Amino acid sequence: MTGSAIFLQQIVNGVSLGAVYALLALGFTLVYGILELINFAHFSVFMVGAFVALVVLQAFGLQGQSVVLHGAPLVLVLLVALVVTMVASGALGVMIERYTLRPMRNVKGPMAMITTIGVSYILFNLVLLATNAQAINFPDPMPAASYHVGGVVIRLKEILIWIVSAALMVGLNLFVKRTRLGKAMRAVAQDAEAARMMGVDVDHVVMIAFFAGSALAGAAGMIFGLYYNFAQYSIGYTAGLRAFTAAVLGGIGNVPGAMLGGIVIGLIETLGSQYIAARWADVIIFSILIGTLVFRPAGLLGMLAPNRS
Amino acid sequence: MRDDAPLLEFDAVNTHYGDLHVLKGVDYTMSSTDIIVLLGGNASGKSTTMKTIMGTVTPTAGEVRYRGDVINRLSTAGRVKRGIAPVLEARRLFPRMTVFENLEMGAYTQKRGAEFEADLERVYELFPRVKERRGQLAGTLSGGEQQMVAIGRALMARPRLICMDEPSMGLSPRFVEVVFGIIQTINRQGVAIFMVEQNANMALQIADRGYVLQTGRVVLAGPAAELAANPAIREAYLGELHVEA
Ligand SMILES: Nc1ncnc2c1ncn2[C@@H]1O[C@H](COP(=O)(O)OP(=O)(O)O)[C@@H](O)[C@H]1O
Ligand SMILES: [Mg+2]
Repeated sequence: MTGSAIFLQQIVNGVSLGAVYALLALGFTLVYGILELINFAHFSVFMVGAFVALVVLQAFGLQGQSVVLHGAPLVLVLLVALVVTMVASGALGVMIERYTLRPMRNVKGPMAMITTIGVSYILFNLVLLATNAQAINFPDPMPAASYHVGGVVIRLKEILIWIVSAALMVGLNLFVKRTRLGKAMRAVAQDAEAARMMGVDVDHVVMIAFFAGSALAGAAGMIFGLYYNFAQYSIGYTAGLRAFTAAVLGGIGNVPGAMLGGIVIGLIETLGSQYIAARWADVIIFSILIGTLVFRPAGLLGMLAPNRS
Repeated sequence: MRDDAPLLEFDAVNTHYGDLHVLKGVDYTMSSTDIIVLLGGNASGKSTTMKTIMGTVTPTAGEVRYRGDVINRLSTAGRVKRGIAPVLEARRLFPRMTVFENLEMGAYTQKRGAEFEADLERVYELFPRVKERRGQLAGTLSGGEQQMVAIGRALMARPRLICMDEPSMGLSPRFVEVVFGIIQTINRQGVAIFMVEQNANMALQIADRGYVLQTGRVVLAGPAAELAANPAIREAYLGELHVEA
C-alpha cells in the first residue's frame, strides 16, 4: 500500500468507527440537553443492544461466519434485527428513566448521575454473569464483498454501516427539527418551565428523549458487533467513554455537534493507531476530553444546555 | 361548566413551597370581558398567583374555579387546552427556536389546521413586525420584539384568558405604551386579561378592576379608577418610580 492509500484507508475505517460513536454520542447529548444529566447507564444500554442484536441474529439461525446471506433475505434479516434491537434498547432506556431517574428528578446535586453509574454496573454485571465474561462470536451474514477504489478497500459491510448510520442520524435530525414532539423536545431543553406552560407534558418528552437516545445506542451496539464480529459485557465501557468524549467535543446538548464529534473521534482513533500507536489512541482521545473541558467547555459547535433564568 | 359563572375565581386559595406559606386565603373573581390588574410588592405572591392559575403550583387549600369548574387538579396542558394561556415573566421565549416555532409552541395543545392558520394571521396582523421576523431565532430579538412574540404565542392557544406576569418589565417607556395598547386591543377582541404589574399607573388606566396583594393576602380590591384614586395606593405604587431589583 502506498502512503496515501494507507491514509485514506484509515479515513474509511475512522468514519465507520465514528458512526458508532456518533450514534452513541447522540443519546448522551439528547438526555444532557433536557435534564443536564450525564447518563452513564447509556454505556450499558449500548452493550445490551449488541447482545439483543446477537440473539435476534442467532434466532435467524446465524452463527458466526457460517451462514452468508445475499440480496433481499440479507436486508430483511438485518432490518428485523435492527428494529427489534432499537425497540428493545429504547424500552430499556425508558425503564431506566421511569424507575430509577424520575423519582430523583427533583433531587439536586450529583445523585441522579451516580444512580446512572449504579444502573450501568448492574447491567454490566448481569451480562457478565450471563456470558461467563466470554467474548461471544457475533453473527456475520454479510458477504465479504469489497470494492477497491484507488488502492483503498471498502467492504460492503462498511457501506451498509454508513447507510444505516446516516439514515438514523438524518431521521433523528428531522424528528427534532420538524415534528411536533421534536419541537417540544427542543423547547423543554431550552426552557422546561416555559414549555410546561405551553401545555407540554415534560415527563413524556423526557421519556421520548430516553427512548430515542437508547434506541440509537442499541443500533450502535449492533453495528459494533457486526463491525468487530464479537460482543462482550465490557464493550460499553471503552466505546461509551469515547462516545462521551465525542459528545463533549461537539458541544454537549448539541445534536449536530455529537455527530461531528463522533466522526472526529473515530478518525483520531484510527489515524492515531496508524501513525502513532494503538495504545496512544486513548491517551489522545482522553486528552481531548480534558482539553475540551478545560479550554473550550462549549465544544466545537457550542453547548446547548438548558437556560436557567 | 356554567355560562353564568365567573370566568375565573380564587376562593380562599392557599399555596406553599415546602414550608413557605405564600398565598394565604386569597379571593379573586373576574368575568370574561375583564382586564384585572394584580399589584403588590416584591415577593408578595404575584407570580405564585400566575402559577396557580396555570396549574404549575397546586393550592394546598381553597378552590380555583374556571367557568364554574374546580380546576385545582387540572394539568397545565388541560388548562391551556381549555383557553388559559400565559405571557410569562421576562417573556421566556425559546431562544434557539425561530419566532415561528415559538408561535407553534403556543399552539401546542391545538390541532394543526385552518384554525392554526387563522390564529397565525391574527397574530401577524396585530404584530407586522413578528411576521417580518418569523424566520429569526427568538433569542436574537430586542426586548420589545420578544414581548410581541410572547403575547403572540399566548394568542396562538385560542385563549379566553391570558395571564400576564409583568408584561412591561424591562421595556422602554415608549414600548410599555405599545404593549398596554395591544393588551386593550386583545381584550376588545374578546380575551380576558389577568395581569400582574409593577407599573401600577399605566395598568390601572386600562384595567377594569384591581387587587393589591401584600405578603400573600389581598389587602385592597375594587374598580381600577377607585384604586388609582386611593391615597394608600398612590403612596405605595404611584408616588415614585418603582424600581425592581
Ligand atoms: N419555586 C419556589 N420555591 C420556593 N420558594 C419560592 C418559589 N417561587 C417563589 N418562592 C417564594 O415565594 C414568595 C413569593 O414569590 P413570588 O410569587 O414569585 O412573588 P412576586 O411575584 O410577587 O414577586 C417569595 O418569598 C419567593 O421567594
Ligand atoms: Mg413575580
